[in-house]
Amino acid sequence: MKLNRNTRIAAVVAFLAIVFITVPAAISASGRFDLYYTLTSVALLSIASAGVWLTFYIGRINIGQGAYALMGGYVSAILVMNHGWSFWLTLPVAGLFCAAASVLIGLPILRLRGVYFAMVTLVLTEVARLLALALPITNGAKGIVSIPLPGALSVFGITLIPDFATLQNSRLAFYLLAVTLMVVCFAIMYRLVNSRIGKLCQSLQQNEELASSIGVNIANLRVIAYAVSSFFGGVSGAIFAAISQSIYPSSFTVTDSVNFMLNCFLGGLGYVFGPMLGTLVLYFGWDLLFQTGQFQLLIYSGLMIVLMLVLPNGLLSLAETTRKKG
Amino acid sequence: MEQVIANGLYLGAQYALIALGLTLIFALMNVLNFAHGQMYVLGGFITYTVYGQLGLPFVVALLASGITLAVIGALMEKFLFRTVIRRSHREESTMLLAAATAFFFDAVILLLFGEKQRGVPKIVKGVFNDVGIIMPYDRIVVGALAIVFIAAFVLYMQYSRVGRAMRALAQDRVAAQLMGVRVDRYSMIGFAMGAMLAGIVGGLLVTITGVNSGIGGPISIKAFLMVMIGGAGVVGGAIAGGFILGMMESVGLTVLREYGDVTYLVIFAALMVFLSVRPNGLMGKPWG
Repeated sequence: MKLNRNTRIAAVVAFLAIVFITVPAAISASGRFDLYYTLTSVALLSIASAGVWLTFYIGRINIGQGAYALMGGYVSAILVMNHGWSFWLTLPVAGLFCAAASVLIGLPILRLRGVYFAMVTLVLTEVARLLALALPITNGAKGIVSIPLPGALSVFGITLIPDFATLQNSRLAFYLLAVTLMVVCFAIMYRLVNSRIGKLCQSLQQNEELASSIGVNIANLRVIAYAVSSFFGGVSGAIFAAISQSIYPSSFTVTDSVNFMLNCFLGGLGYVFGPMLGTLVLYFGWDLLFQTGQFQLLIYSGLMIVLMLVLPNGLLSLAETTRKKG
Repeated sequence: MEQVIANGLYLGAQYALIALGLTLIFALMNVLNFAHGQMYVLGGFITYTVYGQLGLPFVVALLASGITLAVIGALMEKFLFRTVIRRSHREESTMLLAAATAFFFDAVILLLFGEKQRGVPKIVKGVFNDVGIIMPYDRIVVGALAIVFIAAFVLYMQYSRVGRAMRALAQDRVAAQLMGVRVDRYSMIGFAMGAMLAGIVGGLLVTITGVNSGIGGPISIKAFLMVMIGGAGVVGGAIAGGFILGMMESVGLTVLREYGDVTYLVIFAALMVFLSVRPNGLMGKPWG
């Protein structure tokens, strides 16, 4: 998207104003406090989807983000419950744990391409679920429940974030947390994609052998991209565990992994902000169709098929074509 | 031990038939058909309706399953996948479509047939019990039928005109087109055949395990596993993968019984290791 600098700054400011001021104001005015939960979920899911998008960017179809989200959730939950860590500390630790795990897993499986990689990551999601069921530390199918809400975070005696349990409206707090992280995440993504590494990633997407022959360290690069992707997955899973105050082996399943992928597709694989828009549309679409009862899935999937037929390159490709014509 | 091997062979024959359909569609169109498990379930429910409810002969029910699914597959190719492949910048976009059709089938199946587990009367009564193997006759019949179908499929691909055209298409789409193969037509036939195989296995297995609307996803995952073991897009690989998975499942359930429900965990882990050594499966071609 080639907008000039001023327009871009204006767009970012407008976006920040909307998510941090307009949305909370509108919600408190309308009294629809349940929307906080929905929007928080959208923000968190879009973080995980952003990770998936990054693996798409290096030309890999990733259907394994659910595994890292689950892993991140468990790491955070276990550290909080068994070791008494602060939630705020477990958040980066969960992300880093997932990133480290993804390096170990990624080194062999990133050699795979196309459907092979897609299928192996799909299987990875199942492995994560089965592991969570089988390991003693994860407490099997019963999961880990009644995780305390995030406590206060203070640096040098200054309270940066108050204790969530003492807040009147912890939903607003979670919303602000999730949205802040989403903004940070997409800022990182945008920076990454428009940097030297981003260009190199794009060269991987087009032709790995050619990139390698020019001297791009493809093995390194794809592991880095995969690790960043898994980091996002882990962080979003950890916050999910904190919001629902529980985590089960079935918290993130194959369906979730597929949904992360669908969010990217729907938004458009060529656009950094695609996953955000895709998540918003898919999640809200699903919610809105709730009234149709038993036909919910039918209409939802039907619409998805139609959307795919009309806009196979994602929703954001719509903006592209109108600009070209005009 | 004989029992374990017999079970493995029986399972393997079923699995191979499922994997064949998936790999055929993949080879021709480069489409990973997420809806394969749902097609299987649909086939099962059609057989359930025709054979179990209407009381028509089993062969008729099996035919009905196969033909219905073939028609559905052909329509899917013609109106959905072909359009998206033509319009999209990236090939992977078909995956969204495939996943959406999987959801769609799930919804349709749920609305039409409900969420209850359904079974049909046995096709053959009695149990075979000799040489240390206990196996109901209906399982033997179903296993044998599956092997017959596999053999028929392989022979058809090998010797018929349509089969030859499809193999050419799988090898090199552009070259096949230049040689005068009608690419669109054979893609459609291939998709229809893949879907038909899924429907037939569904129809076969409903007589043994029954069917319910929730098993589509897990069946798809198993089919993916088999295709990965054998190598995507290769007929021999799908058959090998099916039998290997069937055997591993059968052996795993016996050997690992005392450790709880870890068979699939072990299989998955083994697969990861195997794929890191041989990224293209047993017989697959490098893909990229």
